[in-house]
Amino acid sequence: MNRSLRLVLGFLAPVAALVFALLISSLALILIDKPPLDAFQSMWSYGIQTNSLVSMVNRAGPLYLAGLAVGIGFKMNLFNIGVEGQYRLAALIAASVAAAVSLPAPLHILLIILVAMAVGGTWAGIAGVLKVTRGVHEVISTIMLNFIATGLGAYLLATFLREPPRPNDLIISTPDIPASGRFPSLNPVLGWFGIETPGDLFGFIIVSLFVGFLFYVIVSRTRFGFDLRASGLNPQAARASGVNPNRMIVTTMFLSGAIAGLIGLTDLLGFFNAYTLDFPTGLGFTGIAVALLGRNHPVGILLGALLIAFIERSAQILDLEGIPKEIITIIQGVIILSVVIAYEVVRRLIEAQEVRAAAEATKGREPEVVTT
Amino acid sequence: MAEDTPAVELRGITKRFPGVVANDDIGLLVMPAEIHAVVGENGAGKSTLMKILYGMQRPDDGAILVEGKPVHFRSPKDAIDAGIGMVHQHFMLADNLTVLENVVLGSEPTRTGRRIDFKQAEQRIRELSGAYGTPLDPYRLVEDLSVGENQRLEIIKVLYRGARILILDEPTAVLVPQEVEDLFARLRELKGRGVTIIFISHKLDEVLEIADTITVIRGGRTVDTVKPSAVTASQLAELMVGSELPRPETRESTVTAEVALQIEGLTVERDGRPVLNDVSFEIHRGEVVGIAGVEGNGQTELVQAVIGLFPPSAGTIRMAGRDIASWHTRERREAGIGYIPEDRTELGLLLAAPLWENAALGHQTAAPFASGPWIDRGGAKRRTSQIVEDFRVMTPGVDVNAYALSGGNQQKFIVGREMSAEPRVLIASQPTRGIDVGAQAAVWEDIRQARSEGLGVLLVSADLEELIGLSDTLYVILRGRLVARLDPATVTPQELGEYMTGARSGQGPAA
Repeated sequence: MNRSLRLVLGFLAPVAALVFALLISSLALILIDKPPLDAFQSMWSYGIQTNSLVSMVNRAGPLYLAGLAVGIGFKMNLFNIGVEGQYRLAALIAASVAAAVSLPAPLHILLIILVAMAVGGTWAGIAGVLKVTRGVHEVISTIMLNFIATGLGAYLLATFLREPPRPNDLIISTPDIPASGRFPSLNPVLGWFGIETPGDLFGFIIVSLFVGFLFYVIVSRTRFGFDLRASGLNPQAARASGVNPNRMIVTTMFLSGAIAGLIGLTDLLGFFNAYTLDFPTGLGFTGIAVALLGRNHPVGILLGALLIAFIERSAQILDLEGIPKEIITIIQGVIILSVVIAYEVVRRLIEAQEVRAAAEATKGREPEVVTT
Repeated sequence: MAEDTPAVELRGITKRFPGVVANDDIGLLVMPAEIHAVVGENGAGKSTLMKILYGMQRPDDGAILVEGKPVHFRSPKDAIDAGIGMVHQHFMLADNLTVLENVVLGSEPTRTGRRIDFKQAEQRIRELSGAYGTPLDPYRLVEDLSVGENQRLEIIKVLYRGARILILDEPTAVLVPQEVEDLFARLRELKGRGVTIIFISHKLDEVLEIADTITVIRGGRTVDTVKPSAVTASQLAELMVGSELPRPETRESTVTAEVALQIEGLTVERDGRPVLNDVSFEIHRGEVVGIAGVEGNGQTELVQAVIGLFPPSAGTIRMAGRDIASWHTRERREAGIGYIPEDRTELGLLLAAPLWENAALGHQTAAPFASGPWIDRGGAKRRTSQIVEDFRVMTPGVDVNAYALSGGNQQKFIVGREMSAEPRVLIASQPTRGIDVGAQAAVWEDIRQARSEGLGVLLVSADLEELIGLSDTLYVILRGRLVARLDPATVTPQELGEYMTGARSGQGPAA
């Protein structure tokens, strides 16, 4: 099979899944007596407004990181369900460290990034160590670590890491990060193109894209990435080829957690400037969906993140139209299910085609039996 | 049923199947109460044909007649209902259940609709296994049974379901010569009681001994149907392969005095039980050391201990004067140990990855596959093209995924990959299992070639001809110990079989 046909099929699968998901959601809308076309129409026109697009990109950035964090685990069949806890804990600690030190801007930000990655990586690494030493499945341990992270985070935020409360101020939050630790927005860049927005386009988006690039380079171009993919494709063969499975598991969990640690920084350094009780949650779980949509490929994950972010943003309008915006949960759920099925169908089609092509191409070339 | 109504008739069976040899207009006529052998090389289409007859696959074309009536099987259940039973090459038994439970599994006799009537089942099993040689104790656990007993249980299971037509897929592959004799006696008994037996094999001497009629399949087509009295083994072999049967043969010795690998007192324990016990031997440069034995006597553990996949509990493995017994697999590979695993798809390939990545597997830390921490795609692809060319791998290119290749080509590719890394020691575990004669000859030739260039080879194989033909030194392994050291030039398969079963005790593992 030639490359282009492969690409077309790989592209058609998610599109078909999307169409299917829209059909199912239409059905749901019809059931509650709302005309589906009107709903989609208003979602679309609201979603493509400049404000919405900026907000979509702001959301897609952390979702992209979440997808990458889950995706690198998926590459070797490790299910890091704990991205949620990893990023929240990482954001909390990073915010506290950031507020406690004062450094020149680039160094300050670098320190924040390193702290967040170390915290996220360590938290996920616990699951890796448990897996190789005690045989605990990472799905179980990362879910449990999510609960622990939530509890631990709430405790720390309420006690040691809380900014001393001022009178009449009941907000529970870490102290504010000084200006040198904030990430500049990309609004000036938008300005060059004559686009003005009331809200900020978060600068940390750039870091997300860079991590995506690194993801590609590490997974596809390095020896480590080769070992990683080999372990995912066939752990036994990878082991026989000299891969140390235990080391790979711990390293990969650490990497996954380190990427997860960055998720919260987009909002932290671009908007909140402190870890508060209303810090965004759920990004880690959505990241699983994003990774599935993107087939663990950095470009696919990027598209998946943009899609989910677009749906989430554009659904905001539905409330005004008297449509429960929970309908988007249905859309997202159906998209993910149908995308997974569509990918599997396409994979089988490609596989069968390749086997046929190989048989065809080598037909008549079998050598005569060599007698010795 | 009239005497001349065939028990099974297959007409024009065609199965198009991507990548592997399909069935192409195959005909087969099996008379009642005969032992009908279907022979052919690995990959000739025997298994596909039998899967069609047993309802596991549906033919694209053609008709199946059982006892004169046309049938359409949608699943093995339909075939069982029509009186056909199949004993697979790999036993399909639940180890943690008893003989009795395994027999009734899936067709439990019930009393008052719900409870399993074990009494009645036990009665039937005692009848069946009594009429069919030594009775099996219905209450023994299957994990305690020997390979031969496992097979008997499989046959009883099939008879219990009322099979009148029995398909045996390579039934002797897992048996030692003495057990084969036993099986044949039982098959003759069954035949005497009117059971029709279809016997799949590629072991010609056995086929000539047991079969009443032989149908030869080659390249997915029926080549001929003959009576064993009318053909010789070599004529049959010629029908099978279309030319003369290649045989491994020894050439002048290339064994040098230099030791490539020295194993001493190697012991491997699993669950506290030694599965490899105090094994010592040496492989010299230019020498092929063969390990013969019935499967499951410690061969797998020996190979895993040498490549570093399972830690030995005692003993040393010395290479170039250094003990590598505690080294990691990667270090051993980098030190020059090549590895052809016994199961290519399980241990040797990334099926869903392109060939050039598979070429790097096991060598991903060395040139031309890597440079520093990076994978060198260009270098890897060039080396892959070289392997494909040198080792005659039939593939449309180096970018196709490994699953697209036929089994024989996958195996040639693995052999090529290991050879082209120029190892000092090669562990070849079942290097020609499941591949066709042409590919087998090519692999043998490659091993001989490398041996003459100074490679030391540890050859573990279930194929006695391969062992005898390739080895310079031959050891027999039994219950984890090396029990005999034999001269491949003079030993006969029969003799070897006796050592392998412990029927004859050896002169000990002379060093």
